Amino acid sequence: MTDTLTPILTETWDLPQSWRLATYRNHGGYTGLRRALAMRPGAVIDEVKASGLRGRGGAGFPTGLKWSFIPQDNPNPKYVVVNGDESEPGTCKDIPLLMACPHAVVEGAIIACYAVGAHRAFLYVRGEVVHVIRRVRAAVDEAYKAGLLGKDILGSGFSCDITVHVGAGAYICGEETALLDSLEGRRGQPRLRPPFPAVAGLYACPTVVNNVESLASVPSILKNGAAWYTSMGTEKSPGATIYSVSGHVVTPGQFEAPLGITFRTLLELAGGVRTGHQLKFFTPGGSSTPILTAEHLDVPLDYESVAAAGSMLGTKAMQVFDDTVSVVRTTLRWVQFYQHESCGKCTPCREGSYWLVQLLKRLEAGQGQEGDIEKILDICHQVGGRSFCTLADGFVACVTSAIEHFRPEFEAGYHTPAWELLPYERSAKFTVAVPEPAPVIAPAIVEVAPAPAPEPAKPRRLGRRRGKGDAA
Amino acid sequence: MSEPSVEATDLVTLTIDGTDVSVPKGEMVIRAAEQLGVAVPRFCDHPLLDPVAACRACLVDVLDAGNGRPMKPQPACALEVAPGMKIATAASSQVARDMQSGILEFLLINHPLDCPMCDKAGECPLQNQAVSHGPLESRYDGAKRRFPKSLPLSALVLLDRERCVLCQRCTRFSEQISGDPLLALVERGAKSQIGAGPGCAYDSYFSGNVVQICPVGALTSADYRFQARPVDLASTPTTCENCAAGCALRTDARHYAVKRRLAAPDPSVNDDWNCDKGRFAFRSGHLDDRLTTPLIRRGTRLEPASWPEALDAAAQGLMKARRSVGVLPGGRLTHENALAYSRFARAVVGNNNIDFRARAISEEETTFLTWLATRKNPDWVDYRALDAAKQVVLVCLEPEDECPMIFLRLRKAWRRRGLPVTTIAAYASRGSHKMGARLRATRPGTEASVLRGMADAGQLDAGTIVLLGERAALAPGLLSEVARLADDAGLRFAWVPRRAGEMGALQAGCLPGLLPAGHSVADDKAKIELAAMWHMPIPDSPGLDTQAMLEAAAAGSLSALLVGGVEPADLRDPALAHRAFGKAYTISLEQRVSEVTQLADVVFPVALLEEQEGTFVNWTAEARSVGLVNPQAVAPMPDVRVLSALARAMGKQVAMRNMRNPAQARAIYAELDVRRGIPAPRPSVRPGPADVPRLVLDKDVIEVTLAGWRQLLDGSRCLDGADALVATAPAPVMRLSAVTAAKVGLSAGAVATLSAGDSTWTGPVEITSMVDDVVWIPLRSVSECGRLDAQPGDRVRLGAGGAA
Repeated sequence: MTDTLTPILTETWDLPQSWRLATYRNHGGYTGLRRALAMRPGAVIDEVKASGLRGRGGAGFPTGLKWSFIPQDNPNPKYVVVNGDESEPGTCKDIPLLMACPHAVVEGAIIACYAVGAHRAFLYVRGEVVHVIRRVRAAVDEAYKAGLLGKDILGSGFSCDITVHVGAGAYICGEETALLDSLEGRRGQPRLRPPFPAVAGLYACPTVVNNVESLASVPSILKNGAAWYTSMGTEKSPGATIYSVSGHVVTPGQFEAPLGITFRTLLELAGGVRTGHQLKFFTPGGSSTPILTAEHLDVPLDYESVAAAGSMLGTKAMQVFDDTVSVVRTTLRWVQFYQHESCGKCTPCREGSYWLVQLLKRLEAGQGQEGDIEKILDICHQVGGRSFCTLADGFVACVTSAIEHFRPEFEAGYHTPAWELLPYERSAKFTVAVPEPAPVIAPAIVEVAPAPAPEPAKPRRLGRRRGKGDAA
Repeated sequence: MSEPSVEATDLVTLTIDGTDVSVPKGEMVIRAAEQLGVAVPRFCDHPLLDPVAACRACLVDVLDAGNGRPMKPQPACALEVAPGMKIATAASSQVARDMQSGILEFLLINHPLDCPMCDKAGECPLQNQAVSHGPLESRYDGAKRRFPKSLPLSALVLLDRERCVLCQRCTRFSEQISGDPLLALVERGAKSQIGAGPGCAYDSYFSGNVVQICPVGALTSADYRFQARPVDLASTPTTCENCAAGCALRTDARHYAVKRRLAAPDPSVNDDWNCDKGRFAFRSGHLDDRLTTPLIRRGTRLEPASWPEALDAAAQGLMKARRSVGVLPGGRLTHENALAYSRFARAVVGNNNIDFRARAISEEETTFLTWLATRKNPDWVDYRALDAAKQVVLVCLEPEDECPMIFLRLRKAWRRRGLPVTTIAAYASRGSHKMGARLRATRPGTEASVLRGMADAGQLDAGTIVLLGERAALAPGLLSEVARLADDAGLRFAWVPRRAGEMGALQAGCLPGLLPAGHSVADDKAKIELAAMWHMPIPDSPGLDTQAMLEAAAAGSLSALLVGGVEPADLRDPALAHRAFGKAYTISLEQRVSEVTQLADVVFPVALLEEQEGTFVNWTAEARSVGLVNPQAVAPMPDVRVLSALARAMGKQVAMRNMRNPAQARAIYAELDVRRGIPAPRPSVRPGPADVPRLVLDKDVIEVTLAGWRQLLDGSRCLDGADALVATAPAPVMRLSAVTAAKVGLSAGAVATLSAGDSTWTGPVEITSMVDDVVWIPLRSVSECGRLDAQPGDRVRLGAGGAA
C-alpha cells in the first residue's frame, strides 16, 4: 500500500530540521535551480511545459503555458507572485509544505523568475499562520546568505529578490487578482479581466501568479527532467501531488501520490472510515467542489475523471463525512463560511449567500417551509456562473450537490431539526471540556434580526488540533 | 469645432437581439445596446466611469463571442464588442430575462422598499428597473439588513446605507473623476457598505455629483433631502452663473421656488458633472436682504419708493452729472444685461467710462483685453481643444478653485492619456497634484519671466495651450508676453476669467477702449455704424477703467456712478471704493442689500438669474443659454429693462430703443458685425524684476510676497444661504516654506499674521514645499481670519502670533 506514495515534495518532511537549507541541500535541493540557470529561460519554460505540470491551486491550468503568456517585449518589470493564501475548507497542503520545506517554494520561485524574466517574487502567505510565516522568512534569509537570492545567483549573473508578504485573513485573497489588489495595499477584491495578470497584474506589470505547491514541484522537474515527471500520473494530469485527507478517517493527513489514483486508494491510505461507520459523502477538492458519495470511490483522481463524475479535482482535499453527519448542517456551515468570506463586490454572491444561510438555517432547525428546497435551488441557479468571480460558484456547488444526493434529508428539515435526525455529538471525533463560551458581541453596525430558531444550547465539542511545533 | 469623423474601419458590427449594430472598436456591449434602444438594466455602469461589473444587473446571453463559440453570461457593461458577436438581451432571450430578474430580486431582498418616504422615488433607477425587468413579487421572507439611518459622509452628503446597492458609482467617481478618493467600500460580504475614513469627511468640491449618479436613494444632499417629490418639480435647462465654465444645468423648481440644481449632460463643456458651488449655491437671492422695491436716499436713510419716483430721481441725478458718469456693471451679468450697460454708457451717458472688472486690475490687462476682443481670427480654445492638447500650461490659474470644469477636463486628459500639465505657481496645490501637474515654482509677479524662459527654451511648441487666470492682471509683463507669443509665434492661449459674466461683458464692450462685438473705440468706421444703429453718436474720448473711475469719484471729479453687481471688498482698494460711492451720486442696480446699496442714492431691485432669460458667454466664448425658471418674480425687471426705463426717464428712449428685454438685446447684438474692424494694439509691458530686496523690518517681522487666490468656497456672497456647502470648505491655512517659517520662528500649526496697511490676516501655519519668502493665503476666505487688503505679488509683512 505504501508503494502508492511518491514522496517528492514530502520526502524530507520527517527529517529533523527539515526546513533548514542544509537539510534541503543534502537531499538534492537547489540542484534544479543550478540546472535551470544553465539553460535559456525559454528552455526552462519548455521543460516545465513538457512535464505537463498543472497548477495546484484548484483550476489545474498548465504552469508552463502560464509562464509562456508573459509578454517578453513588455518594457515593464515582470513579477512572480506565489499564492500561499491557502484558505479552502478541507485543503491543507501549502501551509504544511511551507512549514516543513519552505526552500522548495523558494527554489521554485527563483526558477519561475528566471524563466519569465522577473527579478522579484512576492510570497503571499495567509496571515493566520504566524509560525509558518516565521519559517518562510527564515528560509528566505538563509537563501540570501547562501547566495541563492540577491545579486548574481550561483555565479549565473541572474539576480532575484523575494519579498514575503503576510495577508490579513481573507479567503477572497486566494483569488489571484484579489491577491494582487491586496498585495498592492488595497482592499482585496477580484479585478475585472481583461487585462489578465500576465499582461497587467501587480502594479499593472506582467505577473505570474502560481500556487505554492505548483512552484514547489518545479525544482524536482528541473532536477529529474520532464520525462521523469510524466512517468507518474495520467496522460493529461501527469505527476504526483499532495492530497489532504480529513474528517472521519482513521489517520488524516497529507499523502503525496500520483494523480489518477482512486478515491478508494486514498481513503485506504488514510486508514479508511473510522471504525464502526460507513462513508456518507466526501468532497474531492475542498468545500467548493460538488460533494461525491460512496458510489464515486473508484473515480480516478485526475482533472478529467473527477469532472466526468460531476465534480472537480480542485485542491485535492478529501473531506470525509461518515453516516453520523447531517448533510444539512454541513452545507449550512459551508455556506456560512462563504457568506462571511464574500467580498461584497457583486450582487449574486453577496445577497445570494445571505439568503441561502437564512433558508438553510431554518431547514436545520426543522422549520423549513414547503418549497424551500426549490427556492434554494433556484437561488443557486441565479448565482451560479453569474457572479464576478468563482467564490460564489463554490457555495453553489456544495449546496446543489448536497441536495442532489441527499434531498430527503433536506426535506426532513420541513419538520425535524437536523440535530434530532442526526445528533451532532455522534459525529464528533474527540471530546474535550470547553469552558463557557464568551458572550458574543453583536456587530456594531449591522443589525440582522436573529434567525428563526437558534441552535439549542449543548456542550460544544471541538476537534483536537495540534501543530507540528513551530520552533523555526 | 466638428467631431473627427469615425473611420469606417474603426467600426465593429455585432448583432444584438437579431439586429445588426456598428459601434466604434473598444466600445462595450451596453453602449451598443443603447444605440439600438435596447433597455439593459444597470446600476454600476456609468459611461464616464471605468467599468466595474459589480451589480451584474446587465448580464446578457452571449450566443456567440465572435469566435463562433458561446460564453457564459457576461455583464454587458464590461464586455467589449467583437466582430460577429451575437448577444441576446431580455428582449429576445428567456435566459437573459431570468438573469436580470434574478439580480433585481437579489438587490431588493435587502432594500428597505421605503419608496413612499424616499427622495429618489419617482426618478429612481432601482424602482424603474425593478418594475421593467424585475420579478413581480419577492420570494424573500427573511430578515433584512438594517443600519442606523443617514450617516453623514460630509456636511453636504448623507448616506442611507440600507438603501445602497453597492454599485460603487460614488467611490469610482470620487477616485476617478474628481481625484478625491475619500469614499470606499468598508466591511465585506453582506455587511459591505460605503464609508468615508474615520474622522475624514467627504469634503470634495464635486461631492454633489455622487448624489446625482446614485442609482438609488442612498446618497442624498442635506440641501435637498425631503424638500420635494420629483413629480412636483418643473425642470428648466439653464447655465450656471457661478464661474466662467458655462456648465449646463437642470434647475428643478416647485411652485416656482428652486429646490435643486443638477448637472445637465453636455460633453462639450461639463460632461455629466458640475461642482458643488454650481449645484448648491443658489439660495443667496432668497434671503431676507432681497431688494423688492426701489429705494431713494432721503438724508441719511434709504426709503422705499415707487418705480416712477425712483426712475425720476435717478434720471435727474444722471442728467445733473451730465457726462461726468462712470458705469461699473460688475462681472456676473448675462451678456444681454452687459450689452445694456455698454449701450447706456455710450448712447445715454455719452462717454466711455465703463469697466466690467470688479477686482484688482492693471492698465496692461485693459490693453490686453481690448487687444484680445478685437483680434482677428482669435482661434478660441475650448474644452475639446484641451482634450486634444499636447501640453497645457497654467499661469495664474488654479482650475480646481477658479474653473472646476477645466480641472476635470485636464484631470481626465492626464488620467486617460498622460497629458502634461505645467503650472506656474507658488506651490503645487491639491488640484495640481490631482492633474499630475508639474510645478514651475514662481514668486507671484514674476510669472512673465518664467513663461518667457519656457518659450525661449522651446517648451511652448505647437500643441501647447496656455491658460491665463484673472490674476494674470497682477503679474507685470505677463499678458504682454502672451500677446507677443501669440502674435509672433502662434501660441494658443485662453483667458479664463473667474466670473461668469466677464467674457460676455468683454464681447459687449464693457471696457473703456472697447465697443460691442470686438470693435475698438479707435475704429471710426465701427463707431459710425454703431451710431447709426444706436441713434446716438459714439463718444471719442478715452474712458476710465474701474480704478480710475473710483479714484476720480473719490476725488470729486466724477459726479455719478451707475453700479451693477459690485462688492467693494473684491476691489483692490475697498476703502477707496467706499469713499467713491459715498461721494459720487450712486445708482445701484442690485438683487440684495449690499455695501454699495447702503451708500447709494437710488437703488433699483433687479431680477435674479432664475427670474430672467439670457445668455452667458463662457471662457471658450461659447454662448450658453440661461433659462427662465421663475416667471413670478417679486422684482421682475432685469438690468436691461431698468436701464431702458432709466433712459426713458432721462428723455433718451431713442438711445436704448428696441432694448427693453434680454431677447431684444440679443437681437441687437446679433445685428452687429462681429470683429470686422481694426485690431487694437497689444500691450507691451516689461516684466517686473525677478528679485526683490528682502527686508527684515525687525527681529520678528519680515517682508514677504503675497501669494493666493480665491478658493471655490470662499467668502463670496453668492454662497450665502448654502450653509451645508460652506461647511465643506477647506479650513483656511497660511502656507509658507520651512525656510520662510524659520525666519520668524514659526512651526506647523502655529498662528501667524500677515499685514498690509491696517488690514491683517491671521491663521494657522502649514509648512509647504514652495518658493521662499512667499506666503500663500486663501483670498477672501470664509472664516474669521480677517481680510488682507493686498493682492498677489504685493509685499506684505509676516509675523508670528495673532493680530496685534
